[in-house]
Amino acid sequence: MTKLLQWLFGVAVVLAVWALVSFDLLDLSLPRPYREAAWPMPLYLLVSLGCYSLATVGYRVATFNDCEEAAKELQEQIKEAREDLRKKGLKM
Amino acid sequence: MASRKAPKNRDSGNKYSVLLPTYNERENLPLIVWLLVKYFGESGYNYEIIVIDDGSPDGTLEVAEQLQKIYGEDKIVLRPRAKKLGLGTAYIHGMKHATGNFVIIMDADLSHHPKFIPEFIEKQKEGDYDLVSGTRYRGNGGVYGWDLRRKLISRGANFLAQVLLRPGASDLTGSFRLYKKKVLESLVGRCVSKGYVFQMEMIVRARQLNYTIGEVPISFVDRVYGESKLGGNEIVSYAKGLLTLFATT
Ligand SMILES: Nc1nc2c(ncn2[C@@H]2O[C@H](COP(=O)(O)OP(=O)(O)OP(=O)(O)O)[C@@H](O)[C@H]2O)c(=O)[nH]1
Ligand SMILES: [Mg+2]
Repeated sequence: MTKLLQWLFGVAVVLAVWALVSFDLLDLSLPRPYREAAWPMPLYLLVSLGCYSLATVGYRVATFNDCEEAAKELQEQIKEAREDLRKKGLKM
Repeated sequence: MASRKAPKNRDSGNKYSVLLPTYNERENLPLIVWLLVKYFGESGYNYEIIVIDDGSPDGTLEVAEQLQKIYGEDKIVLRPRAKKLGLGTAYIHGMKHATGNFVIIMDADLSHHPKFIPEFIEKQKEGDYDLVSGTRYRGNGGVYGWDLRRKLISRGANFLAQVLLRPGASDLTGSFRLYKKKVLESLVGRCVSKGYVFQMEMIVRARQLNYTIGEVPISFVDRVYGESKLGGNEIVSYAKGLLTLFATT
């Protein structure tokens, strides 16, 4: 099963459960408050997924390491390498 | 000589072939080779460096030939091609000539530091992993020289790919990796994408085939010399590639 199909399957299951509860398709005669609570659920779900995504990406951008040390080390090694390579006879 | 610790790793029977695709890397090639020789020398692993130059107009190949004289033909192997045929086929071309049982793929522009290679190798041994991927997104990993915009794009693109593909690796577009040679051979033949998406497809296919993946945090330092060759509408082609993988794997 491709990832696309997995996603469609997941979305279909959620929508089916939602429709069953909010429109009482199976005639379970669920109490009204249940049905009213279920009705706007997809929207809540979308909004919270959006918020979660934004928060996660934001946090990861903010905590993305800046490797100052690595850059400095590299610069020094470049100098060392140049010198050594010149001694070994490399013409750059 | 710093070969006190050498015999320990040298007799392991493993050999590591480093593939260095180059296009206009005259400045960088000697430096990356010097660093590779240094860290392989210190850790004592058996290795070879395969340079795949695509007819660079800046004379990269000529520099490579000088390096071969300095370090020897067993260490520096030249497998040039006449013209620029792209990164994906450069890997395939280099791999055909690799004599090691492990293959390390990295950029020649000093973004990928050879000091991490011994860590890759230890990680590989630790879990007998089929491939070990460097990651900028975990642990002590990170980047240098990126502004906020680039960080945002990188993190956003990676998050989207993680959600859609659930690949089981944190850095999908990085190209600093170690493979068992057999694994690389079987993966490369299945991958059709180009550019960044190629690296992503390699990981996705690896997961499909139930290969095991280890990760090592790396610091990615933006290239100092030379010009970026990928560019332009990177984002569009990334999105296309991601959606293609989403729909087909
Ligand atoms: N043989 C070969 N090597 C290539 C080709 N295109 C790029 N390369 C090399 O592949 C590596 C990665 O390419 P880069 O240009 O650094 O790509 P990038 O890392 O995405 O971009 P920048 O680091 O920003 O320039 C470098 O070592 C290049 O020299 C090609 O067509 N053929
Ligand atoms: Mg680069």
